[in-house]
Parts: sequence; C-alpha cells; structure tokens
Amino acid sequence: MKQSGNILFSGVGGQGILLASELTAYAQLAAGYDVKKSEVHGMAQRGGSVEAHLRYGERVYSPLIDPGCADILVAFEILEAVRYLPYLHKDSAVVVNTQKILPPAVALGKMTYPADILSELTSRNINVVAIDAFAIAEQVGELKTVNVAMVGAMSNFLAVDPAVFDSVIDNTIKEPFREVNKKAFEAGRAAVYAK
Amino acid sequence: METQVARLGLMLSSGTLLPAKERAKEVEVVFESEKKLWLSGNEAIALGAWEAGITVASGYPGTPSTEIMGNFNTYDGVYAEWAPNEKVGLEVAIGASFTGARALATMKHVGLNVAADPLFTSAYTGVRGGLVILTADDPEMHSSQNEQDNRNYAFAAKMPMLEPSDPAEAKSMIGRAIALSEELDTPVLFRITTRIAHVKGVVEKGEQVEVPQTSIEKVPAKLVMLPGNARVRRKYVEERMAKAREIAETLPENHIEPGTGKRGFIAAGTSYNYVKEAFPEAPVLKLGMVWPLPEKMIREFADTVEELIIVEELDPFLENHIKAMGIDCHGQDIIPTQGELNSFIVKKAVAPESIPELFEPLELPMRPPNMCAGCPHRGLFYGLSKMKNVFVSGDIGCYTLGFLPPLSAMDACVCMGASITMAHGMAKALGKESEGRLVSVLGDSTFLHSGITGLLNTVYNSSYATTIILDNRITAMTGHQNNPASGKSISGEPANQIDFEQLCTALGVKRVVVVNPNDVNATRKVLKEEIESPEPSVIISRAPCILLPEEIKRKKPVYYTRLDNCTGCTACVQMGCPAISWHPITPAEAVEKGYREKQKGYAEITEVQCNGCGQCAAVCKFEAITKREEN
Repeated sequence: MKQSGNILFSGVGGQGILLASELTAYAQLAAGYDVKKSEVHGMAQRGGSVEAHLRYGERVYSPLIDPGCADILVAFEILEAVRYLPYLHKDSAVVVNTQKILPPAVALGKMTYPADILSELTSRNINVVAIDAFAIAEQVGELKTVNVAMVGAMSNFLAVDPAVFDSVIDNTIKEPFREVNKKAFEAGRAAVYAK
Repeated sequence: METQVARLGLMLSSGTLLPAKERAKEVEVVFESEKKLWLSGNEAIALGAWEAGITVASGYPGTPSTEIMGNFNTYDGVYAEWAPNEKVGLEVAIGASFTGARALATMKHVGLNVAADPLFTSAYTGVRGGLVILTADDPEMHSSQNEQDNRNYAFAAKMPMLEPSDPAEAKSMIGRAIALSEELDTPVLFRITTRIAHVKGVVEKGEQVEVPQTSIEKVPAKLVMLPGNARVRRKYVEERMAKAREIAETLPENHIEPGTGKRGFIAAGTSYNYVKEAFPEAPVLKLGMVWPLPEKMIREFADTVEELIIVEELDPFLENHIKAMGIDCHGQDIIPTQGELNSFIVKKAVAPESIPELFEPLELPMRPPNMCAGCPHRGLFYGLSKMKNVFVSGDIGCYTLGFLPPLSAMDACVCMGASITMAHGMAKALGKESEGRLVSVLGDSTFLHSGITGLLNTVYNSSYATTIILDNRITAMTGHQNNPASGKSISGEPANQIDFEQLCTALGVKRVVVVNPNDVNATRKVLKEEIESPEPSVIISRAPCILLPEEIKRKKPVYYTRLDNCTGCTACVQMGCPAISWHPITPAEAVEKGYREKQKGYAEITEVQCNGCGQCAAVCKFEAITKREEN
C-alpha cells in the first residue's frame, strides 16, 4: 500500500467537485491515513475554475499539493485538466471527464475552445483516462452524479477497497440519493476497465 | 450539441451531503475513535469556541471567515448573530464580555479595519469574560480586494495574537485564547488564513468547560475610557504586554522541534507546514503565539543553528521584530512577500538546487467567476453598460463581477460602502460637468454594512449622484447569509425586516424608485431618468437571488432559441449570461442554415443552464428567444 499521495481535483464551479473530494477523503481516512484537504470558497463558486487538493499519508502537514507532485488529477472538464499540467509529473494518472464547458471568452466568440487539447498531456507520456461521466450520470438517471462517477473512475488508482466507498456513500449521502450514487460510482469504476 | 453542461451553480449550493451536525454517523465509518472528527478550520474553531465556554458570538460574513458563525450557531446554549458590520459585531462581543460571558467576534481581514475603532480601545478596557477577536486573512486574494497582514494589528493595538497551523490546532488554540484573555485581562486576536479556514483535517473532540456566570457589574475606572481613566489603563496595557512576553516563553504553543543540519527555521501558521514538508529533518521553532514574541526562546534557538531562516507569508512581521532583537536571519531576502507560500516555494527559496523540472503551463482561455445565469443583477448592469458616459462607482459583492466583459459596467471598487461616498467626492470635484454622469451601485447587505452614512452625507451635503441598491434579500457572495433585509435571523427564524424605501426617505432622499431588474427595458428607462435628475435619488433594484432555495424550488419556465429567427445581432450575447453561447459560422454554413451570407454566427441558449429570468428575451428584437411553456 502506497504510504502517501496527492490527489488534485479540478473543474468548474457547480460540478460537485467539493463533494467528490470529500468522499475521497472519507475513504482515505477509513483506510487509516492522515488526510488534509484544501478548498477555496467564495469567488470560485460563480462558474469559475475550482480546485481541491487532497493529501494523505502517515502524517500530513501541508494542505497544498506542490507543483509537479499530483499523483492523480481528477479533472471534471477537459480544459481544467490541461490547465493543471504544471502540477503533474511523468507518472501522474489523469482521470478526465470529456465534458466541455465553454469559458466566458469562448461563449462570447472572442476565443476558441482549443481542439484536441488532451494531446498536450498524452504527448508528454502522461497516463490519461478519459471517461464520459455526463453520459454515465444520464444512464444512471441523475445528472448530479457526474462527480460520484468521477470518484468511481479515480478509485481504480487507489489502494482502497471499493467497498469502503460503498460504506462512505451509505453514511454521508442523503436518502433517496444513495442507490443512484452507488450506481454512478460502480459505472464510473467500470468505465476505466472498459478502456 | 458538443457542449454538455451541468446545471451550474445549483448543484453546489443544494449538494446532497448531510449537514455537518447530522453527519455523526460518519465517525463510525471513518474513524475507530468516536472522539475524532473531520472538520474544516472554521468548523473546528466553532467547536473550540463552544468547548471553551463561549456563549455569545457576533460577526459579519466575509471569506474565508464566514462558516465559523453558521457552525457555532448549531451548538446548544449559545447565541450567535450576523451583525450589519464588523464594528457592530466586535462591540456586541465586547458588551457580552463586560457581563462575564465569554465572547467571540469573527470577520475577514478587511473587516478588522472596520472594527479597528473598538479594537484599539478594548485593549485598554480589557475584559471580564474571555474575548476572542478572529481575523481571517486571505493571502493570494482568493476572494478579497487586498492582501493586508493583520498581524500588524496585534503590534499596533498592543494585544496578544495566536495563529494555528491546522484545524486541530485551531480548535485547541481557541481554548488557549480564552484562557490568556482572562489571565491577562485583554481581548486576544486570533489570526487564521484561507489555508486554515478552508482546510479540512482530523480534529479531536473534547468536553465543554464550565460556562461562567454573567452579571451586571459597575467598574467605571476600567470600562469608561475617558482621558483620566484611559491614562491609567494605558500603563496597565504595557504591564500586561510585559507579562504576555513572559508567558510566551513557556507557552506550549511556542516550542522548539529539534532536528539536524545547519539551517534552522522559525515559522507560524500554515507556513510552519510548508517548512515541515520542505525540510523534515531541520530544527524548527514553531510559534503559536505570534505577538508578543518569546525573545529568550528565539535567541536560544538562533544560537543553536548556523543559518536562521524566517518563513512567513506576506509581511516580514516576525523577521522585522527578530532583527530588531539584533538577531541575524534570512527572510524576505529569499522568501516572497506577496501571495501564498507552499512547500515548493519554500524549497525553491532555500535550496533551489533541489527543485525538479516542471511541465510548463499552457496558454488557455481563462475561466473567471461570472454572475450566475438568471442573476437579477445582470439586468441592472446591462442597463448601465449601455450608458457609456456614466461613471459607475461600485462596491463589494457578487455584483462586482459586473466589472467583467461583456458588461464591463463598473469603473471603481475600493471597499465596503465606498461606492456612494466616492461618487459624492467625484461630484464635488467635477462640479457641473458630472451632472447626469455619476452613479453608485451596491448590494443590500453592503448598503446596510456601511452605505447608510454615505447616503446621509450625499443628502446632507447636497449632491446628486444616484445610488442603486441591489436588493436581492441576502448576502449572496459569501454563501447566502441572512441580513436585516432578509427578514430572517441567522437561524432562518422570522426577524425584523428593514424597509429600504422608508429608510432612504428618512435620510432625506426625495426620489426613491423601485424597479425589477429582470424587466430590462423598464430598468433602462428608470436608470436614464434618475441619473439625469439634479437631486439625490435612490433606485432600489429588487429581485431575489436566483440561488435562494425558495427560488430554486419555484421552477420558472426556461427560454429557448428559435434559431431560424436569430440574425446574429449578439444583443443577447452582450449580456454575458453563462447559459448563452455564440457559435461562429462561415459564409457557406450561413447559407446552408438559411441565414444571410454575411451573418457571422448565431446565439443559442443552453436550456439546462437557463434559470428563466427572461432578460435575454427582452433584449431580442427578432423574436428568436421564447419561453418554453411547461407541458
């Protein structure tokens, strides 16, 4: 079992990134790690870029992941994956949702959304797993489960028994959303195997 | 459609996690010990305040301090409130302390500027019950207009200041702050930063201490600060600080962590974490009390290391005071004094040779925050954006985002309440030339915070600048805190509600007009009339925040684009609504779609994001935007 690690979550305000990072933190705590997690509230909520840093290990001091030190990047949007390139190292795993959310300058027609931008990661030999979490959420019947589908996909890269996530969902998610979130987690996890 | 979009803005605020208090069960899953909790710094401070016997707390919302008050309010046997501003909040806490109750005032860093008046003199009166004044600083300005370092207030106000490094310490140090406050007869400043407030970590639950009895006690020599009494207390302040310096030498929160190597570090707050990560083997003097400083301990530590490095965010506060002791050290010569630190920055500053090569960042379209789809403020700022001759004196809140393109309808923003007073100052400086060209804009909560006296000044000193109060019934930017305009208390119970029309009339404003900003065309008409009027006027732009739970429940029909009718005029695009996207097309594509060859593109509403305000439909002259009636 890896003794410490850094998981970076990125996306757009409103995508449920904080909840995703929260479930992951619970799972790591349940696995017996010390965990610190850092978020930024306020301006970030209004559709801006959002990030959450999660660090686990025997004893964690800093709540922030250093540049070049993210072992896993969980990106909820394509641009928000490549934006964090300086945080990655050559052995990082990037789990990215293939959703595109247009930044204001693109929506206004002032700039274009860069095409094939994920190649910026793959061309650097970074392990990229792209999944359509939005489609998974649609399939399980609750659009709000994009974030839990992403956690499911990411869980493949953790040395944590997936049953732990089941129990975390049971104890932290309100009814009647538990079952649909479990389904989203499973489908997200399976989406990576399918690649 | 290539763009799949989540319902932005709604998921976060209506998240499916259980509220913190109901999450008791998580303890069973996550931890073996039922005493352990997973809390943010702000949640930990609220718990620490309750355990320390604090029963009265008052504050004004401000990132990153806001969640402390909301959480504290969930504990039994306490009183918590949202005050209209930080000065009021601190004075309420001082009053509570004068009865023997333990009290807490919370605010963000700039809030302490507002509360500076009671702060400085409360150092003289001292306390009866322990009093903690919490300031949440925001290095990096994640959500602030400046980056001031409030440790300077501890020095200036002659008051002890504690600073924790993580949520667990934040909880326990509140107890220490109360103890010091009562022992030294002084309020104690408690400084946190964003990376304490919004960091989650493991916290150990404790028991609540005995809550002190309260009473009325008359001690005028201590509590009435007129010159005769104040001169006496002034001496006491110095005696107390001398005593605090002694206590600092043995306080467990100040301690030396031995290590190896020639370098030794002094650090406090979150900077301590970065030192521990960057140089785990090095000796560290950790300061939990950042004012006054333990001079003896610092000298002893400095003597044991070859090279002393002070690691701190923002001002060289510790460094300057340590240098004043005649101790040689590194600090701002290598550590940046702007923005946040992290362990990478510390490593790079101290041992640049140990830094790995990084992937270079790519140039990408930025994603700044934006006013939400359906935000009523948009309608008002759209109107202002069409008045290019008018100078918009702005203020602090969600609506500051009206500055961003395409609206670009804010020309100044300094601090809470300054919109009205700056516009008045401009009017006086410009004279006749500015008639019909000045307007100030501020939110309901900001107006109540510190706009009322400014408006009074505008009326009293006969100005003509128009004041626009954006009344959305809530303090929205910080995450929906109730205020005197909401008609609800901090707990959501019914409360007395301010009547803005009556208030403005009582201040002497003769022209008070109410508009619904979602009615874009009516709003533009009112803006023109009032800004041109030669006397003070107030426009109350009234519509509830689109993210209020009752608004979310009250599902409005969304709008959709009839693409055949779109002429590509971009009128709707110019509103900057996140639900509207512009799709550029080539002449060939235009012809194929049945548009004029010259048409450069078309606009489309992403229905899943639309909140049904109808503002875009009002500006479309080609019937290309239509309400989707519910079936």
